[in-house]
This record gives sequence, structure tokens and C-alpha cells, in this order.
Amino acid sequence: MGIYVPNTPEEQLAMLHACGFSDFDELFSGIPDGLRLDKALNIPEGSSELEVRRAVEALAGKNHVYRTVLRGAGSYRHYIPAIVSEIVSKEEFRTAYTPYQAEISQGVLQSIFEFQTEICELTGMAAANASVYDGATAAAEAAQMCRERKRTQVLVSATVDPKILSVIRTYASGTGSEILTVPEKDGVTDEEALRGMLGEGSACFILQQPNFFGNFEEADRLGEITHAAGAKFVMSVNPIALALMKTPGECSADVAVGEGEPLGLPMGFGGPYLGFMAADEKMMRKLPGRIVGETEDLDGKRCYVLTLQAREQHIRREKAGSNICSNEALCALTAAVYLAAMGPQGLRQAAESSMAKAHYLKERLAEAGLKPAYERPFFHEFVTECGDEETAVKIEKALAREDILGGLRLGNGRVLWCATEMNTREELDKAVSIVREVCAS
Amino acid sequence: MKLIFEKSIPGRHTDFLPALDVPEVSEDFARRIEPLRLPELSEVQIDRHYTELAGRTRGVNGGFYPLGSCTMKYNPALNERVASLPGFTDIHPLQDDADVQGCLEVMKKTEEYLAEITGMDAVSLQPAAGAHGEFTGLLLIRAYHRSRGDEGRTKIIVPDSAHGTNPASAVMAGFEVVNIPSDAQGYVDLAALKAAVGPDTAGLMLTNPNTVGLFDPNIEEITRIVHEAGGLNYYDGANLNAVMGIVRPGDMGFDVVHVNLHKTFSTPHGGGGPGSGPSGCKAFLAPFLPGLRVTDEDGTLHSGKADNSIGDMRSFRGNFLVIVKALAYILSIGREGVKETAENAVLNANYMMRRLSDVFDMAYDSTCMHEFVMTLERLKDETGVSALDFAKALTDCGIHPPTMYFPLIVHEALMVEPTETEPKETLDAAVEIFRKVMEEAYEKPEEMHLKPLTTVIRRPDEVKAARKPVVRYDYPGSV
Repeated sequence: MGIYVPNTPEEQLAMLHACGFSDFDELFSGIPDGLRLDKALNIPEGSSELEVRRAVEALAGKNHVYRTVLRGAGSYRHYIPAIVSEIVSKEEFRTAYTPYQAEISQGVLQSIFEFQTEICELTGMAAANASVYDGATAAAEAAQMCRERKRTQVLVSATVDPKILSVIRTYASGTGSEILTVPEKDGVTDEEALRGMLGEGSACFILQQPNFFGNFEEADRLGEITHAAGAKFVMSVNPIALALMKTPGECSADVAVGEGEPLGLPMGFGGPYLGFMAADEKMMRKLPGRIVGETEDLDGKRCYVLTLQAREQHIRREKAGSNICSNEALCALTAAVYLAAMGPQGLRQAAESSMAKAHYLKERLAEAGLKPAYERPFFHEFVTECGDEETAVKIEKALAREDILGGLRLGNGRVLWCATEMNTREELDKAVSIVREVCAS
Repeated sequence: MKLIFEKSIPGRHTDFLPALDVPEVSEDFARRIEPLRLPELSEVQIDRHYTELAGRTRGVNGGFYPLGSCTMKYNPALNERVASLPGFTDIHPLQDDADVQGCLEVMKKTEEYLAEITGMDAVSLQPAAGAHGEFTGLLLIRAYHRSRGDEGRTKIIVPDSAHGTNPASAVMAGFEVVNIPSDAQGYVDLAALKAAVGPDTAGLMLTNPNTVGLFDPNIEEITRIVHEAGGLNYYDGANLNAVMGIVRPGDMGFDVVHVNLHKTFSTPHGGGGPGSGPSGCKAFLAPFLPGLRVTDEDGTLHSGKADNSIGDMRSFRGNFLVIVKALAYILSIGREGVKETAENAVLNANYMMRRLSDVFDMAYDSTCMHEFVMTLERLKDETGVSALDFAKALTDCGIHPPTMYFPLIVHEALMVEPTETEPKETLDAAVEIFRKVMEEAYEKPEEMHLKPLTTVIRRPDEVKAARKPVVRYDYPGSV
């Protein structure tokens, strides 16, 4: 049995005696008798390491790992340099607690400070926090940040990932913020609709760039429209795309958020991921969660500490803006190592390659009979239409037989495809030929 | 030490990706104006940078880490190994149920075991951390009252000894917080509770053992008072490590719980996450659970939304790879191990407390659970040496300091939680160090304000950090 208690039964007994107890029963005598469990828990008996390893390996073996993945929709398969997992598995980073004791936590603190800087550089914003749970909760927290006494409406573009919208709704259900969906027009946000919906009660408008369908939005203009109505502009962005596209800072966003999973984290059936959050100078003190700041020690030596803690729950209690304490520090470290390893050139290459592969796939699929839903600039995801859901299902199954995870079916024969630098031309050609066969039959 | 940006040399890089094998694209979209600045280093430089940072970080494997209320137990190596299997890491979260039967089984089993350990009927693994689990549980309570048309239940009762997340979560879930005092033992003041409950009570949030490390013996009466007033009882599982396998929240009268996989179930803290904070509840609340629920139909696992789900707490199903580690832990220790874990967590704490109690003032003079609180008020009065000074002095001796100034209701508090994974000799050595530091504090109190002396930095100026925050590196020449 793999129990991690080092003291032998004899040692335990000696310690009990040293404390004046005859046995464990007496040690727990403060718990009323009637409450104590009088039966064994209905869970398996303990097992040796080898048995547990076999059992869990068997579970992993029941999952299908696709050789080719053409699905994204919020979780993306990118190349993870070997150095990333090597560094992140260092026990000091892995097993440390939140760095409250700065003198013995400079490593974690500095790595978060570097992460914050990298997020600022990517997004073009002034300040970033040490991360939140994921991209969706980051968007939901951003909506809360923008809430003012008389501005409680949150406008969300219909082109935002429905999973993110769902989380924004859940978070807002507590505080009673009203969520309004701004309609989509031809694969992007309907500008005129946004203009008409914004009003004195609008706290913010949340835009995703590139949006859920992969399309680039006219972020500048939507930001201008939002600001003209006195509301805050929140952009949820793909961090790989930020190597190429106009940053939230350059689009005058007040808050930038996003899912950090593409930055070196495995898909992992959905987690752990990390949400990044960055803000301009004015909004910095409204950021939720932990923030690392630079300071000096007694000798004037540069060092790092958790700062602006007066915003947080352990000081403010019911007056805190958010309840978050644990964030995703090790995932933030992963992203930081990934960004350092790739560097500006490598990240640009990952972005350009993903984009080129997706464009190649879209063109070839169109030739094979899958009509693109939109003809507008896009990053590494796009939607096709094949008229009916039945054909979409057939395509998905035919691809799966050849070990290819096809695009995500959106209903009514619409499919959301994704390609990244992980997909070779050969793989893409093979997928296209399978689709061609299905479309021709 | 230098920041990674200060080591950067333009042009340094490693090639990780192959040359493009499809045509380049020239798409017409708004491109970034400012060039992207990221570190430019060779791989060896990156490795050395982070190796140096690791050396400036204290992990559990590096030494005794008795950080109260954080349960810094050993993080088993096996768990890391199995969570990195490609059959888990390379699974897209939107694959069909048929492709991910193993993942669904991991979730189903973990849910069942956690439900059994906490005495609940259903568990959602979607919440990503303890605070997230609290928020989830409170939304369940709210949804329940509303489903009955009981709109007037707007208040959550929280004892003043509670962790700060409790009131913060209650507000996020749309409740008003009613703080009630604790009595001299840190127990819930029954008279105050009775006075606080009423038709506007949505529920009570409680940790038991409470935040001072004591098991509240009136727990059944407490939960009964709340139930009789029409409210629900929320169990903050932060301290579950003390009682699992011995007593269950579900049997104490709680309706909703969250547990911290990164405390009780041995998954690593990661320097502040990723954690996982599953929410458990009694059957009558299960229809409100968030995310996708896993059901077994003739041996095949399916996922679907609960009937009256509160929605999604985050994308996808939760911090799945953390859940795999917790499952491996539960399978390893098993039903006897769960109990043995709690027994030894409590024994280790009592042993240390007993061995320190002739020199240190304990905040509460009774058997503790998995952690105990000392008050250094007397030391502070007599010498000016504070709990902070004392904690900093411990870092010079290779011990991670206990939690300081928590709970808030004890002055100059140090909260010690040794956990069950520490051997007796570590506890004995720590006791000697605590005693020695105490002696030193009386002998040379003025020197204590300067500690630590052996760490890579000395005490940081936190006021300066907050007054004019510098939260990012500024490249030379940037405004």
C-alpha cells in the first residue's frame, strides 16, 4: 500500500504516549462519538505504486490520441520545446507554495515578474497579473473589473467563443450584471448593432480577436465605438496571433485577456490552462489576483514581492473585487519558459506557420467541395459549410478512421477547422483527399 | 540576479520549427505596430537562468514547510509520472465521448471517491481552485433557494475566524455577508448564530476543524440551527486533511462542500497553482451542478449538462491533469490510508504543539487537529520581537515559516501545520530550532528585526513596492 506516512506504527504509538494519549481514538475524542464514521469508507484498498501505475496507464490507454489534430475552438495543439517541460518539472517550482515569504521565493517571484512583462509585451498593455484560471474566467473577471455603479451591462459579441460567454454569464449571475449579446454579421461583430446597443448603462464591450470563427475583427473601430459611449473595451486575444496582429494596446483596449494554453501547455483534456489578464495604467489597481512588483531589500538590492495586496480577499474580505487566491503559477511559468525559448522570431514563426497551414487547408478543402463560410481575413481557424449535418458527421467519421481529428461541428453542416505548425502538408493533403471522397460520394 | 531580458542578445535563438512546407500567405489584416520584444537567448542560457531561479525558490522537497492552513504535504512522484502520460496530455477537450472513455472514467472515479470521503452524493470537478469551488457552492445555494421561489434569502453567515475567501466568494455570488463572532475557544458563538439566522438566511459557511485548528464540538447544533431557519450549510474543505476517514462533512449536517486537491489530495501547489477545488453536494443540489456531468449507461460513459445547471465555472471540465494526480493518490493510499493520513496529520501537530508548549504560548489550550496556533504577543510585549521577526529568523534555519498573522482573531499568530508526511526526526529537529530561536529572541531582540541574513535577499521594502508599483521590466529607452 502506497501510504506516504513515514512514521512506523511503533513511532506513532510512542508519539501518542508522549502527548498523553493511549491511542488514536483518544486523540480524536474531541469529535462527538455519534458523528465519527463507524464503517470503512467505500473506496478501494490502497495499492502499491506498480499497481496504481498500471491502473492509471490502463485508463490513459482507453483514450484515443489522434496523430493529426485539425480541431481548436479554444484548445490548441502547438509544438512544445523539450526544454519547457524539463524546466517546469523542477521540484522547487512544482512544490513551492504561493510566494508570500519573499526572501525564500525570489525564484518564483522573478519568474512571475518576467511572465507579467512578457504578457505586457504581447498585449501592448501597461500591467498584467500573475494569471487566473483560464481564458474564460479571465474574460469574466474583466467584465467584473469594468462594472461601475451605474454601468452594469456587459456587451459580448456573438463571435466570442460560446464557452467564454457561458462563463461570463455564470459569473455575472452573482452580481446581477446584465449580459447582452451583440449580433454577428458575416462572421464578425455587427458594428451598427453594437452602436445601437451601447448606452449609459454599458460597462464594457467584450470582443474576441481573432474571433471564435477564426476571423479578424475590426478591433480599432469597435473600440472607438465602445469608447464613444463611455464604456470600457475588453479584448480576448489569442497569444500566438499576437506575434502578428495589432495588439489590444494598439487598439486602445482597457483590458486584454486570453487563454494561455497555446503558450507551451498540453491540451490535457482541458486543463490546467491559464488565463492572462493585462490592463492599462488606469485599470491596473482593479486587476484581480496576485501581482508581483519590483522593490529593494534592506541593502538596496533589487528584488520582487507580491504587491498591491490591498485589492485582495485576504485583506479586503467581503470588499475584495474577486475571491481568487490560487492562480495558475506553474502554468504561467510554463508560458514564460515557452516565450523565452521561442523568442520573438520563434513565436512569429509559429504564428505565420499556423496561419499559412490553415489558409492552405481552407483552399484545398474548398477545391474538395467544402465551401468556406466566410471570405475574409482569418488567422488559423475557419468555418466551412456542407449544407447538412449528416455530411459533416460523415466527414468527421471518415477522418477519424484515418487517425485525424476533424474540425469541430457547429451544427447545420458548419465545421470549425484549425491548423497549426504541427500539421505537415502531407497530413493536410491526406485530410483533404478523405474529405473529397466523402463530398463526391 | 539579472532578469531574463537583461541577458538577451539580439539574434540569439534556437530553431524549434521546420521551414514552411506550404505557400506563405499575405493576408490583409491589421498588423502589430510595435515590434515584439521577447527574450533572445540560446537554450543553455535559458536552462541556466531557470536553474538559478529554482535555486532561489523553496519547495516542499527542499525542507520542512509547516505552513498552516496550506497542507504542504509531500507530492508523490508517481502522480507526476501518470499525469504526463500522452493518453491524457494529448487529448483535445472537445473529442467525442467515445474517444475519451479513459478521461471520463478518471473523472467518474474521482467524483465517486470524493463524494464518499466527504459524505456527499455528487461532485463537480470543474472548479479550478478552492475559492472557485466556494463560488460554485454558493451559486448552488442561491440556485436552490430561487428554484423554490424563496427569493428573500440574501445573506450568508460567516464566522470572523473564516478565511478571507469565504466573505469574498459570498459577495461574488450576490450575497450579503453577516459576520458572527467566535467564542474564546474559536468555536462558533451559538447565541450569536441564533440571533443571526432568519428568513433572510441563505446559508452558513464554515470550516471544521476551524481556522484555529480546533474541531467545533457543537457542529450538529450549528448546522441544525441553520437548517431550521431554512438555510443551507457550506463546508469549506480547506482543513479536510485533519478529519478524512474519521468524520464526514455530510454527516455533520453540511449540504455543500469544496475540497482542495492541492492540499488534502497531495497535488503540488506549483508556486500558487494550478490547484483544483471540486464542489460536492447532497442529491437535492445535484441538478444545479455546473459543467458536464458524467453518467454511466451500460458500461459506456456519457457527458451531459445537469437539468438546472448554474452554467459553466470555466472552459471545459476542470484542471484535468491535476485530477489525474489526485486519483493516483487516492488509489495509492486507499480507504485505510485516508484515515491513517488524517490520524498522523493530527498526531504530528499535537506532538509538535506538546513539545513546544512549555516555551510558547498556544492560542488555545486543548488538543488541536492538524494544525495549531501560537501567539507571540508576550514575546512582542517583552522584547519587541514580532511574529514576523520570528518567522524570518526561521528561514535562516532552513524552515519555511508557519503562516503568520492568521487567523486574524489571534494576535501575533503563527500557525503551524506539519502534515502527516513529515517523519518524527524532522519534527524533533524543528522543535529544537523553534526553541533556539525563542532563546535568541530574548537574548538579542534587536538582531531579530534584521533577519533573515542567509537568504539571497534581505527583507524587501513592501511599502515601496505598493506605493509606486513597478510590475514589469522596462526596456532601456522605453518611456
